Amino acid sequence: MSDTHGHSHPHPPHPNQPDIEDAPLTHYQILELAVAELLIEKGIFSGDDMRRTLEMIDARSPADGAKVVARAWVDPEFKARLLEDTNAAAAELGIDAGTIPITTVENTPSVHNAIVCTLCSCYPRLLLGLPPDWYKSRAYRSRLVREPRAVLAEFGTVLPDDIEVRVHDSTAELRYLVLPMRPAATENMDEAALAKLVTRDCMIGVTVPAPPPD
Amino acid sequence: MSAPRFPVGAAVRIRRAYPPGHVRAPFYLRGCAGAVSHIVGDMANPEEFAYGRCDGPPLTVYRVRIRQPDIWPDYAGPAQDTLVVDVYENWLEPAEQEAT
Repeated sequence: MSDTHGHSHPHPPHPNQPDIEDAPLTHYQILELAVAELLIEKGIFSGDDMRRTLEMIDARSPADGAKVVARAWVDPEFKARLLEDTNAAAAELGIDAGTIPITTVENTPSVHNAIVCTLCSCYPRLLLGLPPDWYKSRAYRSRLVREPRAVLAEFGTVLPDDIEVRVHDSTAELRYLVLPMRPAATENMDEAALAKLVTRDCMIGVTVPAPPPD
Repeated sequence: MSAPRFPVGAAVRIRRAYPPGHVRAPFYLRGCAGAVSHIVGDMANPEEFAYGRCDGPPLTVYRVRIRQPDIWPDYAGPAQDTLVVDVYENWLEPAEQEAT
């Protein structure tokens, strides 16, 4: 191996990215390992059950939420059911949204919704998959409730002053999903094409769906 | 199902209290007043549940909508911006109760 790797000037080797084992385990990592081992040891569930559950969670992605949103855009009666009971509406599309009640909040020309969990990082994982790291960051959690418009602007979302920005702080055993507005110039698109416009971030409420590319 | 103490639209205040232990009323909202926007229903009391006490009475959970300027007097955005938070009934009191 050479340190020059294509540069014309030699320089000291780049530092290696540390392996996971190079950093000490935190208190909560040790606690989590210990609790998981105990639950398996006591037969509450098996290692196989745990693996299956993790695989189920890992398999979820924002595509599930996008399917739900696209259906709501094309079917007003589905939208009404979605706003009434999101878990049941998702089940109609074959999506298991789990047992924690999810509430869908609808963006309108006068209200823009955005979701945060200031206490931890509650997130509708069964509709959106694992949350992005920034959603769990202290900066997002503290700033979205204090200066929501500044945070949204950093995501490229600049909203007019006559719109109400409504931030939802998810502090109980409830989860929230934003139903964005259907972009203009999508009248001729079918449900599957519409779903491709629906990103994770617009279902958190930090962006709005981009209009279709020309 | 216990009868909800506050109807939708009621003026409520999140108690200005600082008990120890696991609580779900965010610090920054304690003492803030708003209006009940939605009654979610009964849920296990997390202040008990967190310590393994699972058979106590449930609490009604409300969604409370608060105007941003009522949370942050120097709020930089327009006055109609709001925040909606899930609050357990034991953290709510009628907004009139506290003379401010």
